[in-house]
Amino acid sequence: MKGILKKVSQINFGLMSPENIRKMSVTKIVTPDTYDEDGYPIEGGLMDPRLGVIDPGLRCRSCGSKGGDCQGHFGHINLARPVIHVGFADTIHKILRSTCKECGKVLLTESEKLDYKNRIELRLENGVTITPVIKEIYNVARRDKCPHCETEQEDVKIDKPVSIVEGNYKLTASEVRERLENIPEDDYMYIGVNPEVARPEWMVLTVLPVPPVTVRPSITLETGERSEDDLTHKLVDILRINQRLKENMEAGAPQLIVEDLWELLQYHVTTYFDNEASGVPPARHRSGRPLKTLAQRLKGKEGRFRSNLSGKRVNFSARTVISPDPNISINEVGVPEMIAREVTVPIRVTEWNMEKMKEYIMNGPNKHPGANYVIRPDARKIRVYDETKDAIVEKLEPGFVVERHLIDGDVVLFNRQPSLHRMSMMAHEVKVLPYKTFRLNLCVCPPYNADFDGDEMNMHIFQTEESRAEAKSLMRVQEHILSPRFGGPIIGGIHDHISGAYLLTRLGSEFSEEDVFQMVKRARMPLPKSKGRDWTGKEIFSLLLPKDLNMVYKAEICRKCDECLKQECKNDAYVVIENGELKTGAIDEKAYGAFSGKILDSIVKEYGTDAARQFLDSSTKLAIYGIMKRGFTTSTADEEIPQEAKDRIEELLENAERKVENLIAAYHNEELEALPGRSLRETLEMKVMQVLGESRDKSGEIAESYFGMDNHAVIMALTGARGSMLNLTQIAACVGQQSVRGGRIERGYSKRTLPHFHEGELGAKASGFVHSSYKKGLDPIEFFFHAMGGREGLVDTAIRTAQSGYMQRRLVNALQDLNVKADGTVRDNRGIVVQTRYGEDGIDPAKSDYGKVADIDRMIDEMRIKSKAK
Amino acid sequence: MKKDILKHKLVPDHTILSKTEAKKVLKELNIHQEQLPKIKVDDPVAKAIGAKTGDILKITRKSQTAGRFVTYRLVIN
Repeated sequence: MKGILKKVSQINFGLMSPENIRKMSVTKIVTPDTYDEDGYPIEGGLMDPRLGVIDPGLRCRSCGSKGGDCQGHFGHINLARPVIHVGFADTIHKILRSTCKECGKVLLTESEKLDYKNRIELRLENGVTITPVIKEIYNVARRDKCPHCETEQEDVKIDKPVSIVEGNYKLTASEVRERLENIPEDDYMYIGVNPEVARPEWMVLTVLPVPPVTVRPSITLETGERSEDDLTHKLVDILRINQRLKENMEAGAPQLIVEDLWELLQYHVTTYFDNEASGVPPARHRSGRPLKTLAQRLKGKEGRFRSNLSGKRVNFSARTVISPDPNISINEVGVPEMIAREVTVPIRVTEWNMEKMKEYIMNGPNKHPGANYVIRPDARKIRVYDETKDAIVEKLEPGFVVERHLIDGDVVLFNRQPSLHRMSMMAHEVKVLPYKTFRLNLCVCPPYNADFDGDEMNMHIFQTEESRAEAKSLMRVQEHILSPRFGGPIIGGIHDHISGAYLLTRLGSEFSEEDVFQMVKRARMPLPKSKGRDWTGKEIFSLLLPKDLNMVYKAEICRKCDECLKQECKNDAYVVIENGELKTGAIDEKAYGAFSGKILDSIVKEYGTDAARQFLDSSTKLAIYGIMKRGFTTSTADEEIPQEAKDRIEELLENAERKVENLIAAYHNEELEALPGRSLRETLEMKVMQVLGESRDKSGEIAESYFGMDNHAVIMALTGARGSMLNLTQIAACVGQQSVRGGRIERGYSKRTLPHFHEGELGAKASGFVHSSYKKGLDPIEFFFHAMGGREGLVDTAIRTAQSGYMQRRLVNALQDLNVKADGTVRDNRGIVVQTRYGEDGIDPAKSDYGKVADIDRMIDEMRIKSKAK
Repeated sequence: MKKDILKHKLVPDHTILSKTEAKKVLKELNIHQEQLPKIKVDDPVAKAIGAKTGDILKITRKSQTAGRFVTYRLVIN
């Protein structure tokens, strides 16, 4: 393959003529056998040596190049009788349907011809597809009578996949070919054939090209037995039948036998092209496995296009299970030593790094910071072995390239599938660690959508300085803290980081100076000056804030009171930061959580990504040590409510169920007033749903009133760390209405949901209202309804992911070539303007304030604080 | 019952640019007129304002992000 350098200037698509097939063929194939007894390929057989060589060392009989360099050469089989090519059966049918059986002309009147000719020529001139016009012709030219020779036309039908039937008579492939030959060249235009590259009769095969052996290599098993490729098997079948057909024809066998063999030949050629063509049983291997023939090689997800051309397997990559490590930076990734020894970075040897490189080589391939290969200036790659390393070091000179192991600080690309957005692939710095998993900081879980229940991730190692530099400035994790999706942070504190920060900074949280220094030191923050007294949590957290940061916002724990008490908020939900000091308010999800962290957002935008990375690394660590000082655990005991509360909830639910009974009674007595635009039944459903919904909420409120901020489950729910109040009230108070298809449960038996109820029963219990709490436990009926609702939820998620995945694929395919040019216009790859200004406002959402240019109100608030603080 | 589509609230304001205006716009965007987005000459709006093939239309519409946005289209057939 070496030495072939040509530039493709044009590609023409057309049909291959029999002459062409013979011309490119190096030999005629006649024998269905492959090798003789001695294991040598038979001349004129399917493994004919002229078809190319695979074994290195041998020379090709046709082109003279060595095995591996020879691409192989086509042969051909002369078919005893013509057969229809499956891929063109539909086209042949359409053509025969729209041409005269006698004169071969297209069944169009002269005026129609003129009209279509103009339309086709106009389209060709403008480079527009002519398919719609051809389709129209195929429809119009289905005439009962030829407008030229007045011959009555019979209906031509196709019997999938390859039989063409006229009236009641099945046309043979030879007859089909004759008819196609009969079409005058002037009429080719109307059936969509370009006479320069194709003739319709070429769609019926008289000669079959035989692909070179390189396309269908045989495999030698360990036992020494030869195993042939599926294509070779199929070609053997074709040759065998072809032979028999020829012999029978020459011997003057009865018509019936010849036709049977002809049909069989047609079947083999059909399955040779496509073994999944509808209407033909697939050809099978001896083991019963369907053969993989030409179409199967290309088609589908595992086919040549999607699996080998659009996507390829790569070197210098690694994949393993991921696990968390809160001690490494968000920019880092922990790489197992085993992997670090396997994947390498090429380093050019210079006078200045010579010593270091020699050290690596002397460590060899098995000791960690070592080297696996050395590439000499003449491009020869030499593997480093413990036995050869001394000799290699001797010869090392500037200009050599050493492929050394991964070491701390190398930049790698880290990725988790599905790669749905650009944050699914980010550049990390390597930190070589023991054990066998990739380690990552918990803050980068949200962008990758990773957890540690067995997730695996891929790592790729950059091989050039350019790619490394580019990745370091564009793809590093810290450059992706702000998401271009909504202009806020997508990387940030999660779970315990948030409950930890809350426990640390909430009202009344104080730590002895000793504890403070211990936490600060463990979080690897610079040691502060001693205060000589106990510290408040807010003072500790303030150590992390930039000294001129000013901001005000309402925390996640804000209860949204009717009148905001601002600084005097009794929940400590009004956060004020004055010159880098946390004055009031507790730190929670709104401060530095992924998706909503305001302080984090502000630090990235005002102080840059380096400061933000440091802030995230330290604050999450501080929060973790904060939570460790206090201790944090949760259990069902957190959802325990006193008997008094249970009684109140019971009473409330009974009231609600009574109300529902009244509504149903009113409905039956026709006293119910229909809502505008609703039927009586719909009105009842709505009112019942409303009553039951309210009762569930009220029962939740009762339960909530018994929960305090000393309850860990409540802390997690309110600070946004994990779970919601709804989760808690469903456990403690009442699960509520189960729904299928957005309404109360109606399905099951005729006129009732379960045999435990009367026909037509509409009550709360009969339609899936779960009155119990998860903690109390569901009764069997409730459990059944709950499973119905739960099943619908699961099915919906499964369908949604499949649907949105396909939708995304189509969207990405449509938009992938668009990009924003330096002048702010959006253009496609031909330079055609799509938008004269990106997004119509020219704003990069990642650099905007949650999608807006700026939040003026907030800026004014902050400036007010700033001026007051001075 | 024929309605004036130009008065419909969903139809943005289209105006035909004069030759000099068109030249200015193309120069400003630094593009060829073929690189502009297109509009068919038989598009209802193009017909309503009487645009001819080769004209450039200035379209002023409401925008969610920018408030008001001006774009251009080349009339083709």
